[in-house]
Amino acid sequence: MKNLEEIIAEATGLMGSTDDLNELENVKARYLGKNGVLTELLKGLGKVPAEQRPAMGSRINDAKSIVETTLRNRRLAIQKKGLDAKLAEEALDITLPGRGNGAGGLHPVTLTMQRIEALFHSIGFSVASGPEIETDFYNFTALNIPENHPARAMHDTFYVDNGNLLRTHTSPVQIHYMQNNKPPIKVIAPGRVYRCDSDITHTPMFHQVEGLWIDENANFSALKGILANFMANFFERDDLPVRFRPSFFPFTEPSAEMDIGCVMCDGKGCRVCSHTGWLEVLGCGMVHPNVLKHVAIDSEQYTGFAFGLGVERLSMLRYGVRDLRLFFENDLRFLKQFN
Amino acid sequence: MKFSENWLRSFVNPPLNSEELAHVLTMAGIEVDSIESVAAMFEKVVVAEVVSVEKHPAAERLSVCLVKTSATDNNLLQIVCGAPNVSVGVKVPCALVGANLPGFAIKQAKLRGLDSFGMLCSAKELGIGDAADGLLLLPHDAPVGEDFRSYYALDDRIFTLSLTPNRADCLGLWGIAREVAAITATHRKISAVDPVAKVINETMPVKVIAADACPLYCGRIIRDVDLSVPTPLWMLQRLERSGIRSINPIVDITNYVLLETGQPMHAFDLAKIDGGINVRYASSNEQLTVLNGNQIDLNTQMLIIADNSNPLALAGIMGGMESGVTLETVDIFLESAFFDPRVISGKSFQLGFNSDSAYRFERGVDFATTKCVLERATQLIGAICGGKAGPITEIKNELPQRIPVTVRIARVKRVLGIEIDQQTISEYFKRLGFDYTLKGGAFSVFPPSYRFDLAIEEDFIEEIARLYGYDRIPIHYPRADMVMLATAETKSDVIDIKKSMVARDYQEVVNYAFVDAEWELDLANNTTPIALKNPIASQMNVMRSTLIGGLISNLQFNLNRKQTRVRLFELGYCFIRDKDHDCRQIEKMAGLCYGDVLSEQWGATARTVDFFDVKADVEVLFGKNAVYFEKFDHPALHPGKSAQISIADKAIGWIGELHPNWQKKYDLPKNVMLFELELTGLLNKTVPIAKEISKFQAVRRDIAVIVDNDISVYSLLACLLAAKPPIVSEISLFDIYRGKGMENNKKSLAFRCLLQDTEKTLTDEEVDCAVTSLVDILSDKFGAVLRT
Repeated sequence: MKNLEEIIAEATGLMGSTDDLNELENVKARYLGKNGVLTELLKGLGKVPAEQRPAMGSRINDAKSIVETTLRNRRLAIQKKGLDAKLAEEALDITLPGRGNGAGGLHPVTLTMQRIEALFHSIGFSVASGPEIETDFYNFTALNIPENHPARAMHDTFYVDNGNLLRTHTSPVQIHYMQNNKPPIKVIAPGRVYRCDSDITHTPMFHQVEGLWIDENANFSALKGILANFMANFFERDDLPVRFRPSFFPFTEPSAEMDIGCVMCDGKGCRVCSHTGWLEVLGCGMVHPNVLKHVAIDSEQYTGFAFGLGVERLSMLRYGVRDLRLFFENDLRFLKQFN
Repeated sequence: MKFSENWLRSFVNPPLNSEELAHVLTMAGIEVDSIESVAAMFEKVVVAEVVSVEKHPAAERLSVCLVKTSATDNNLLQIVCGAPNVSVGVKVPCALVGANLPGFAIKQAKLRGLDSFGMLCSAKELGIGDAADGLLLLPHDAPVGEDFRSYYALDDRIFTLSLTPNRADCLGLWGIAREVAAITATHRKISAVDPVAKVINETMPVKVIAADACPLYCGRIIRDVDLSVPTPLWMLQRLERSGIRSINPIVDITNYVLLETGQPMHAFDLAKIDGGINVRYASSNEQLTVLNGNQIDLNTQMLIIADNSNPLALAGIMGGMESGVTLETVDIFLESAFFDPRVISGKSFQLGFNSDSAYRFERGVDFATTKCVLERATQLIGAICGGKAGPITEIKNELPQRIPVTVRIARVKRVLGIEIDQQTISEYFKRLGFDYTLKGGAFSVFPPSYRFDLAIEEDFIEEIARLYGYDRIPIHYPRADMVMLATAETKSDVIDIKKSMVARDYQEVVNYAFVDAEWELDLANNTTPIALKNPIASQMNVMRSTLIGGLISNLQFNLNRKQTRVRLFELGYCFIRDKDHDCRQIEKMAGLCYGDVLSEQWGATARTVDFFDVKADVEVLFGKNAVYFEKFDHPALHPGKSAQISIADKAIGWIGELHPNWQKKYDLPKNVMLFELELTGLLNKTVPIAKEISKFQAVRRDIAVIVDNDISVYSLLACLLAAKPPIVSEISLFDIYRGKGMENNKKSLAFRCLLQDTEKTLTDEEVDCAVTSLVDILSDKFGAVLRT
């Protein structure tokens, strides 16, 4: 009989030399099977003198346990190797692009309007809208622009065949809203407006956002606060310089034009700001008492302010768009830059 | 409004440089658009007299001149000159050796062998004009040796104002000076205009028939004016710097006075006036040819100046060609009047041309200086053209009233948000020249005759704010009650709808709302679109009733730029004529798909987009709302591949493939899928109410039936869902088969049915029974045969 050490060495040697699971099972049968070498040794214990039997038995069982452990480890090792090989074979070029549909995108004007709406919504402004074909009353008369007023000539109005007109500004929404809501009022009205003018810096259609606040404590100082705060947040520049200049709109008094320090050159002077360091960005003012009278709001009890800003203008400054006309050409190569 | 800075400074001269002056004006609401120097910087250019001219011996085109360049030194300079207009005795600007002209320096030089000690200059060489074809000839009285810059007043800058329509008072130098004096608290020097003594007694008979339209009319005759004299250089320069061309001395003077005072004037040729002056409305059969050559058919809304037989001028707008002053004129009738702004307003818009006069009268001209301005013009005419002036005829009616306005100090604080004390406000009113009285915390202020924009308290509050400085009013963040805005969960936001289109790979576009009438006809069969009266272009002359015209044109545009797959959507108003005059304005959303379903990629086979791809995009927009698709005809669409979309029995849009005729006409190589929906149909949603989920396993059974080809799947499904036993929780179609093994007009439909009970596990008998009942419904209603 070979001694147990030789048997162990032989068995573990055989197990180590194969990578094949079936082969491994054959080795197992040879040593641990019904007629296996170690099984046979255990069977033969009966022939061993009784006083040697426990020691002998224990040695054989130890050997068996070593062989079983080796077998188990070997089996796991072979399985792992096989799995590793399979996984390696299945490996992908994970740098390939994903399959299926991509996503489209929103128009830059929409992105800008969203941003404006979100900022004003954060201080409690609602959003309103109004018709684009308007009557003379809403677009002009109710806004204190009587017939033949020189301010009408500045509006380059499109007229339609039923006697109405395409609104030249979003200000008529103020009137609709004040007719249907009681103060206090805090509302913005984004929308398309139309002017009969087309050149490198004008398109016959563009977008405005109108803002209106009617309350008992709305004053010019608060108007400045809200608009300066808006511009700083819109451009994400806390140190953005702003200035207000007297101006004229028939529907506000006092009226102002708001300038911001040029965001393209930081006020140093460039082509965009015509080398002035300032950009004219919106018109605003305290709502004219005649406008409040048209909608039966008592101008002694309430004061209000209104403002109107050009969306394309802000969009161009925010996104560095150099040509206004790009917004309406709808060239996918332009639009996809905003996705 | 353009003017010379030096001219302004002759009236008011605050201690500010040009840029500072422009800044304070801009910040006070008188926006300075630009400041330009009259001439570039140069020096060592003097007024010179050409004493002799001889041909250059070696050059055909050159002359050799001897030039006197100093009043005291009689040494003459030899200068070689190439200008054709050089001649003995002319006075011209001469750049001396060492002068730096714009772009080049003058050195002593040899020209074809002869020394030249300087250069005689053209306007272009000095950078003060475009004329380069000859020397700039100066008046005969130009003083030899004087520095040319100072002689020609070139150290001057041109201010261009961009005035708002309420500030007509700044359309003249007097007014601008008044404004500068007010905002800078500087003294204004305007010498009083003394009346010119009358030399003759002759007067013109004047009748103001339209007294409301012309509350003040002044005029006088001046005989024997000399129009052969040149307009003085200083006047020409000021006119030129305001962009006014010289015509003749009389017209130049009236233009000069217009710029100086803001008051438009008119001079008539006295010989052309028949009898007398009548200020009246025109009758509709009259005509007038005005100075710009336009022949105008007058109407009864137009105010005219007429003589006893014919119209002479459009009052306050433009003089007539026939009665204008020409070089042959000897005697004139000079007019200065105040016309009511309401009468002049809108006229130049109707006529299609503007004039300096109409521009001012429609905004309002100071009616307190009408007569004084006439004296001012007479003074200038006397000084320049001579002549014998008659007495002024003045016809005065009801001038605009100046009603005092109450300005409460408390209201100033209420509107501006800052306290400005009574003393400060008083000082501002004084500086602005407003008369006022003060009583118990309120001012009573009279609007001055030159301001037409001051009628209510707020107008004066703006004046106070202007002088205080808008920028000095502090920024204040207002406080308000913390009340949340109502937010309805049953309404979708428009932006959410747009974002779901973006998630389905659509790109948003924005198109003009005015389109080509042909698109409307082709794509919507719209024969009566709402038309623009004044379109910007003939292919943008009607309002769209559908968005798809724009989308198709965007497709063409992008196909021309090598795009092969285009997926677009737009959301915007459409305009539909309603009855005769009314118009419905409906917000719609439309989409367009062209090319492959997926962008070209390695992992998917290319397939052209079809009806059902786009239908899925549309279906997701409706969420849980039941939406119906019905076959219908639409002028833009393929008749077999188009559907009307309805929600709650209301048609709200359609989907389909562009009709092959239009595909061909609009030059599109592949088919185009389109849809259009009314926005209101997409906005409603319901707040979800959760139901109990069954703890028991669902059982799936598939049934395949054979039906006639023309039976719609929707009708089968609708019928099954309406009549199904309650344990059938879901039925959906998962396969359609036509073709081999199937009769020609038949199709096989396979439905997946899920059966489930919330209370117990279903038995085989219950399941079989339910499935049988479904098959029975189909065979009873549609003659379906179970496929085996």
